[in-house]
Amino acid sequence: MTALVAILLRDTRVAVRIGGGALMAVLFFLVVVTLIPFALGPDLALLQRIGPAILWLAALLASLLALDRLFGGDHEDGSLDLILMGRAPLELVVLTKGIAHWLTTGLPLVCAAPLIGLILDLDARAALALVLTLLVGTPALTFIGLVGAAIAVTLRRGGLLVAVLVLPLAVPVLIFGVAAANAAIAGPVSFGTPFTVLCALTLASFVVGPFAAAAALRQEIE
Amino acid sequence: MRLSATDLACRRGGRDVFAGVSFAVASGDALLVTGRNGAGKSSLLRMVVGLVRIAGGRLALAGGDPELSIGEQAHYLGHQDALKPSLSVVENLRFWTNFLGSGDAGLDEPLAALGLDALADLPAGYLSAGQRRRLSIARLLAVKRPIWLLDEPTSTLDATARERLTGLMRDHLAASGMILAATHGDLGLTGAQELRLGDQRLALQGEAPA
Repeated sequence: MTALVAILLRDTRVAVRIGGGALMAVLFFLVVVTLIPFALGPDLALLQRIGPAILWLAALLASLLALDRLFGGDHEDGSLDLILMGRAPLELVVLTKGIAHWLTTGLPLVCAAPLIGLILDLDARAALALVLTLLVGTPALTFIGLVGAAIAVTLRRGGLLVAVLVLPLAVPVLIFGVAAANAAIAGPVSFGTPFTVLCALTLASFVVGPFAAAAALRQEIE
Repeated sequence: MRLSATDLACRRGGRDVFAGVSFAVASGDALLVTGRNGAGKSSLLRMVVGLVRIAGGRLALAGGDPELSIGEQAHYLGHQDALKPSLSVVENLRFWTNFLGSGDAGLDEPLAALGLDALADLPAGYLSAGQRRRLSIARLLAVKRPIWLLDEPTSTLDATARERLTGLMRDHLAASGMILAATHGDLGLTGAQELRLGDQRLALQGEAPA
């Protein structure tokens, strides 16, 4: 347990200090979303309609941004060797690293979403629904991303490979995330249906992600 | 406690690195692994801790904790120092002692033993190569483990630090610890066994079909 707490504290600390990736994701998210109204023009009805989809897409791309640092940093400085040797089960260590990564990249996105929703003319109800879907859905993106990050860990420029591996797997999360947000805003489907599926995807990723990532790390490090 | 290897073979990237390596080390003993570059010194140490797959032969630890693997009872000091540049010296050491499981009591003593006590609050990114190496050696003192696997531990150390390390290794052996070290130079350990890698490899090449 101490080992896992130590990992959580270290990873969040490294991420928020200079050179860490915590701010990058949320800044990228803000930049992408801010650019959309400039590209589409001031058509408020259109922005409102496609707002949830834009925010979700931006969140997906932003969460990919820091993924290759998830294990890459530990691999380069030799920490990963000691972690693999350690007494703490690798699956739990990977799970903890995923949680630390989400706390420093996913959670800031969720917090920034309602503010940035103003640019897309989302009202309070729509913003709330959107934040809820992001809060539930972004952990799934992180935990699916864990697997890609683990597979690409030994590659020096693995960032692009991670994106190519992870994006197709993230499609269901994107579909149900946007569907739930849209359902809350415009109907006709009830919010609960797609939202429950989104929750299920997240729970499944909690289980599958750490095991698959741990297996990939063991294989990869040879 | 006794670590013994019989006929170990290592294969990496489709190439036989070594084969037929046997040794036995008991508590209080040191084994120096020597050999030219690429002979497999690092691979042998990594194999002992379980980071490289054993391609053949057996590796056994008698008298250790049967619940734990060899790697879990050993310290591995590799080429890389496993430090985060944005964390301070003491934060880095505290992380490893917590992760390796002995709480964070008494970090001052290991830091002082390696002459890093004055730098405790400095971010590790500002340390020199030798200071970084000393900080990762502090890990071996902060968490007690019976087996030390050291991969060229003196490579970036100055003369004073080398003497210090020799003293620490002697203390560890005197406390019935065990050391396996890959080295090109003299570590100052008297009465250590030596395992020369590389000779077996030549024999292998001779046998290989053309």
